[in-house]
Amino acid sequence: MEKSVVIKNPTGLHARPAALLVQKASSFRCNVSLVKQGKKANAKSIMNVMALGVGQNDEVLVVTEGEQEAEALQAIVELLEGLKD
Amino acid sequence: MECKGIAAASGYGLGRAFLLEDQEVRVIRQTISSDAVDREIARLEEEIRQAIAELETVRDTARQKLGDDAAAIFSAHIMMLEDPEYLGGIIEKIKQAMINAEAAVEEVTAEFVAIFSGMDNEYMRERAADLKDVAGRLLRRLLGIKTMSLADIAEEVVLCAHDLTPSDTAQLDRDKVAGFVTNIGGRTSHSAIMARSMGIPAVVGLKDIVTKVKAGDFVIVDGNEGKVLVNPPEGIIQEYRAKKEKFAARQREFEKLLNEKSITSDGVQVELAANIGNPEDAKGAITNGAEGVGLYRTEFLYMGRAEFPSEEEQFKAYKEVAMLFGKERPVVIRTLDIGGDKELPYLEMPKEMNPFLGYRAIRLCLDRPEIFKTQLRAILRASAYGKVKMMYPMIATLQELRAANAILAEVKQELSKENISFNPQMEVGIMVEIPAVAALAHQFAKEVDFFSIGTNDLVQYTLAVDRMNEKISYLYQPLNPSVLSLIQNVISAAHNEKKWVGMCGEMAGDLTAIPILLGMGLDEFSMSASSILAARALIRQLSKADAVDIAQAALKMDDAEAIKAYVEQKVSFIAGLK
Repeated sequence: MEKSVVIKNPTGLHARPAALLVQKASSFRCNVSLVKQGKKANAKSIMNVMALGVGQNDEVLVVTEGEQEAEALQAIVELLEGLKD
Repeated sequence: MECKGIAAASGYGLGRAFLLEDQEVRVIRQTISSDAVDREIARLEEEIRQAIAELETVRDTARQKLGDDAAAIFSAHIMMLEDPEYLGGIIEKIKQAMINAEAAVEEVTAEFVAIFSGMDNEYMRERAADLKDVAGRLLRRLLGIKTMSLADIAEEVVLCAHDLTPSDTAQLDRDKVAGFVTNIGGRTSHSAIMARSMGIPAVVGLKDIVTKVKAGDFVIVDGNEGKVLVNPPEGIIQEYRAKKEKFAARQREFEKLLNEKSITSDGVQVELAANIGNPEDAKGAITNGAEGVGLYRTEFLYMGRAEFPSEEEQFKAYKEVAMLFGKERPVVIRTLDIGGDKELPYLEMPKEMNPFLGYRAIRLCLDRPEIFKTQLRAILRASAYGKVKMMYPMIATLQELRAANAILAEVKQELSKENISFNPQMEVGIMVEIPAVAALAHQFAKEVDFFSIGTNDLVQYTLAVDRMNEKISYLYQPLNPSVLSLIQNVISAAHNEKKWVGMCGEMAGDLTAIPILLGMGLDEFSMSASSILAARALIRQLSKADAVDIAQAALKMDDAEAIKAYVEQKVSFIAGLK
């Protein structure tokens, strides 16, 4: 399953927001990835997520695959949309 | 061997050298047999567990000693060691290439470091340094190299380093570190300022001390003369132990002045205040006898983080200090002085040719009013809790001052509308750092409540000398007659308008400068907390009348060195206080 999200917080997916995302993604058993401009990152990897370099107003695609994929997708999208600095 | 550097923090420190440097980790790539792969992976996983446990201890210590922000750095390090892509990559490498764990760690780390280093964002590039740090810890564990950490030191040591960052300095344990010496830096570099506020003797700007000293050498740090002695003969060691004893005895003598007034022998009282960089410093200032805060730097709130501090967070930090000093003792908060050489990872700024002449401080704040307003709201709200005053840094023109005040007026209106309490009469002043302001002080004096002379920058701009450049350090002359005449002009202009003048540069705590400044009529001297009691001892022995004579004589002289010699000859007891 997948859904596209625009990142709204000013600092993008830097250390703290990235850490929150990784924690949330790691709480699900299914695979979770983020895709930005064709580049794919494992959302359970802090280094992958930061290396993606997601800034404010970047659009990312959240992809979940496996056990509880619908729940995971909803939780991750909510987290990304609700990010504040 | 004796090395000459710059005296950064007074006192004498004796101890064995402890070299703070990256311990070279040499990894040899070895191929392993296929039946050794599982064992190699198990070894890797065990050392990762151990490294995480180490980091958890470091994180908890950091949280207790330095707070949550410092602890967050180590939480991020732990997360890297738990990262599935990083670990997966290493394990995959061991399996595919059939190499030892150390080589696999090194190769996979290099791949990630290359990605981070290549990103077009300063903040992300710095993450490469974090990853190297983490990988270094893991490699040392795999190789069985003991990690030397300051926490392991049993006896007092002298720390030797190329440079110490403010966060390095903040982690120093006063009981274990007898002193520190560094290759680079000057009297006003951050590590020097920190050393003074922590009372650790330090000599900086020694150029190559790290290569001259070997771990375990006996080192004496003479923070008064700016000298470092390496493996001196026993007789010299005894001599310095005696000096150290005498210095400590004088400190105890000074402590009797803790609750005394800063008043001359002929009854003129001035205020001796402290420069602080965070609420923790404020407590140190009070134990050192500060009668107020003459400079509360607010940059700490903005640095070492990924986003701007909220109004609430700032309000808490300002209010805490305001309440510590109470209704009687003033706290002067300086608005954000960032930009140029001090970068924020979350604030994109173009690289500049001349950061000290560039987009910084009030210039940046007037250009980004949303950042400025948040801070002004927080400061105004804190003004309801103590004797808060506020000043703008790097003002160059009256138009800037008026623009800043216009924003302040807007913010006050907003707060009133929201029924949020603040002190509407809060005094607002400016830093005098740019010679343009010193020259036009009579105009500025009509529109401010006070001046605070920032001599570190004023000297730098007046003599066109970069204070970090050791080759031209001879030009960094606070007692140069040009600087003294600008200061006199500022004080006279302010007093004509019945305004007060403070000084918050390093010069305010310089015992040789104090008689001149007192004679010129300076009202408030703000300095490193550890300088306050010596300054009070000096002022209590001086008379204002003598100081006026000294100042007038100094203003007629033409050479900083001659002025220094003259003052020290006239006020012979300065030598005894140093």
